Amino acid sequence: MDQHHGGFRFVGKAWTKVDGPAKGRGETRYADDLRLPRMLYGKLLRATCPHAMIRRIDVSPALAIPGVVAAITAADLPAVRYGIMPSSQDEEALCSRKVRYVGDPVAAVAALDEETTEAACKAIAVEYEPLKPVMSIEEAVAETSVRIQEYGDGPLSNVHKNVSLEFGDLERGFAEAEHIREDLFFFQGNTHLPMEEHCAVAHYDAAGRLTLWSSTQTPHYVHRALAKALGLPESRVRVIAAPVGGAFGGKCDPFSHEVCAARLAIITGRPVKITLTREEVFLAHRGRHPALIRLKIGVRRDGSITACHFKVYLDGGAYGSYGIASTYYTGALQPITYKLPAYKFEAARFWTNKPPCGPKRGHGTPQPRFAIEAQLDKLAEDLGLDPVAIRLKNATAPFTKTVNHLRITSNGLRECIERVAAASGFTQKHKRLGPGRGVGLAASAYMCGAGLPIYWNDMPHSAVQLHVDRSGAVALHCGAIDIGQGSDSVLAGLTAEVLGIDPQEIRLVTADTDLTPVDLGSYSSRVTFMAGNAAVQAARRMRELLVNAVARHLEVRRDHLVVGDHRLYDRENPVHGISFTEAIALAETDFGVLTTVGSYWPPKLAGPYKGSGVGISPAYSFSACVAETAVDLETGVVRVERIWIAHDIGRAVNQTLTVGQVEGGVYMALGEVLMEEQVFRKGLHKIPSMLEYKSPTVLEMPPIETILVESEDPEGPFGAKEVGQGPLLPVIPAVVNAVYDATGVRFDEIPLSPDKVLAGLELKRRVASPRVGPQRAPEFAFRKPLRVDPPPRWGQPRPTAANDNDGASAALVENVHTGTVPNVQRPPSGLPLK
Amino acid sequence: MKHLITLRVNRQTYELALAANKTLLEVLREDLELSGTKHGCELGECGACTVLIDGNPFLSCLTLPIELQGKEITTVEGVAADAEPHALQTAFAELGASQCGYCTPGMMLAAKALLERNPRPNREEIKDALAGNICRCTGYLKIIEAVELAARRISEPPA
Repeated sequence: MDQHHGGFRFVGKAWTKVDGPAKGRGETRYADDLRLPRMLYGKLLRATCPHAMIRRIDVSPALAIPGVVAAITAADLPAVRYGIMPSSQDEEALCSRKVRYVGDPVAAVAALDEETTEAACKAIAVEYEPLKPVMSIEEAVAETSVRIQEYGDGPLSNVHKNVSLEFGDLERGFAEAEHIREDLFFFQGNTHLPMEEHCAVAHYDAAGRLTLWSSTQTPHYVHRALAKALGLPESRVRVIAAPVGGAFGGKCDPFSHEVCAARLAIITGRPVKITLTREEVFLAHRGRHPALIRLKIGVRRDGSITACHFKVYLDGGAYGSYGIASTYYTGALQPITYKLPAYKFEAARFWTNKPPCGPKRGHGTPQPRFAIEAQLDKLAEDLGLDPVAIRLKNATAPFTKTVNHLRITSNGLRECIERVAAASGFTQKHKRLGPGRGVGLAASAYMCGAGLPIYWNDMPHSAVQLHVDRSGAVALHCGAIDIGQGSDSVLAGLTAEVLGIDPQEIRLVTADTDLTPVDLGSYSSRVTFMAGNAAVQAARRMRELLVNAVARHLEVRRDHLVVGDHRLYDRENPVHGISFTEAIALAETDFGVLTTVGSYWPPKLAGPYKGSGVGISPAYSFSACVAETAVDLETGVVRVERIWIAHDIGRAVNQTLTVGQVEGGVYMALGEVLMEEQVFRKGLHKIPSMLEYKSPTVLEMPPIETILVESEDPEGPFGAKEVGQGPLLPVIPAVVNAVYDATGVRFDEIPLSPDKVLAGLELKRRVASPRVGPQRAPEFAFRKPLRVDPPPRWGQPRPTAANDNDGASAALVENVHTGTVPNVQRPPSGLPLK
Repeated sequence: MKHLITLRVNRQTYELALAANKTLLEVLREDLELSGTKHGCELGECGACTVLIDGNPFLSCLTLPIELQGKEITTVEGVAADAEPHALQTAFAELGASQCGYCTPGMMLAAKALLERNPRPNREEIKDALAGNICRCTGYLKIIEAVELAARRISEPPA
């Protein structure tokens, strides 16, 4: 009865995204496309000082303007703070006492039209008492008298988080090294720049229920934060994520405009919409942390790494956002790519008077990958080794554990490196392309969903309800939100595969906290793995009900029934069978209403130390990239001419979607390495527009050759892993290494803007080993490290994937129940983040 | 003060009373409820609001309806002549040229203008035509391929 024999109908193939036709016809209704009767328009008034006490706010001049219906300040909201992480609840929808960056919201208005909201905001009088702004990592370390936030890890005034972990014997590792390098790197911050500006529409009905439509990646977390910020019971709040017009991590936090639209709707009794302007999207930010990195790696003569000491200073901006997770993530995933026998990780996140940084595609990983892959090339050159060889020498193996207790299951890293090197002709080209031209190689890994939820609980991370009825209609309910990555298509494709129908036939009800079971959100590359597994479980349970009914009515052995091609039929006599719709009628006759559920808990994976909750994941994807570049030696313009990228996807649920995610990840990486930077002058964002914040256009895009490696993960749905974030990671260092090959100049700082490249070329005329990059890192007392012993036999192959967890994977693969469906999986216990 | 304006949009005629400073983008989305036209900046920087005026691509956020009387305006809702999708729409869907889909209407119209003046564009000509439209999801390659596929299908309809 399992349709696996004879191959898949959809999984692994290329097929049209379920939302593709609607998007092509302009039918998709994003949040700002919603208009409700009597709807008002809202707008936030934002701080004009980077750091100041609020002396006085007077909204009465705004209220005097015809067409203005309401104007609110912090006094009109409950005095509570919220935020995405339980341990950094530091945001107010409207600042009550103090502003911490230019753009911090201080008041909100609602009016009959948008133009009037602008006039109303201009009319509001705010008196500030300026405080000294702290605008960089260096200033945050140096400044001891001014405090941006009231909390933090210390020891200085403006330290949000200070962590240090040491695995294995670092001293011995460096003592065993035959060559050691220590280098400084700087990764400039950048932002997501989604095409859709954030929007929220709120409606408070006569029964006292609040509904919020929002462009958000995390309706479940917005639901919780909204209830808290408004002082409403969660049961009276409904959050619906509208289709999201691009996010990349930028729509993961609960935002001020969501809270204010809701509060204004409650006060006025009318629906209220707030849509951010492009400039406000730059200020909402939550993007890539600027990172200053000191990296020390020791190797033997054959290139094998003996020890790695990674130290990072993160410029966090004015609020916590995901910063605690970001801080740990800059360190946690290093040992997934390369075997590190001894590894020390020190990280500090500093408060600065800038928009808060947070999660952007690859969260915490692009910065260390840039540094490590660039330094690995330097080490290879020092030792006369080939860049391919040094990476293969250190690549992790399948079914192993890392020095920091992360469990690796399927692992196609070696194949990724080998295939991308072969396809690009890397070895034939490296050091041989002549002046101004070069190739570079890099590798990386990423997780398939965070192993722990953001707030501590033992409930499933994803759940699906499947409903069919005698009409033949199949409805899938899931809290997951499609942000363009294709999660709707993944859920429909997996379900269709199990039920033997087409993805387009499945009606999706998603991301509505009233109607759909909780999914934690579209972040951490978790949806295919987690919601996908829940969908497969629900679909298999539904298939079982149909099979049982058909077997009885047609008098066919259950194990002789095939489900596929819109029919259930006898394997021995294929004409003996009935249609999918007829099968539903039989099952509905036998069992009553047909609803099944699927739930996904990740296996228990946290290691035996505080901080081990970050980095654990049920599986990891792997990638390798070769970039070929041409550098204009007169203008300093770097042109990426071609990209080869291999990605271990486990299994591609849909080839079209998978290749699309790879290409999109490559594109975003090229923007980060070549041109994008979120920069400030005197507290002001220097370039808050799409014209001045440079991002690649179609003219800058090189051809991309994508190679999919299918390692078939034992726990992924049909073996699938993630593709949304991983492919971004190796591209940045591959380009940096290619530019070294082209110019002979080491660029230890990105983006590789023409001015920087020209400075490097100028330096080359004067010094023997030209390098552009940070010269020093500030003196700072990182926390005394928590020393953790590596797991026994770390790095050694383990017999199976499941030997280190509670058996959840086996349950997922086999779970087929009939009738009422008990949730038999045992929820894991693990360590909280803190 | 409002002005009486007659606009031709997607082969229909509309009579509207509009403030002179109201942009075409606002009129399309708010007065005519054609929300398929998107906005990403309102400053003429991103291309999301591209529409056709007499077959040529224009940024509707920088265009005033008061200047458009007697012109034929086409939005994404008017790309298909009837219930059947246009070849570009089919190709975009098949090849995954829309991810989040937010830039798609603008891209589609820029591409349509290209194919109408140059039915067999080469890759450089396609890039040139789309250079004013930003997409943050796809890396543009699938969009280029979709335009190529649509051009082939329009020029060489199946026998």
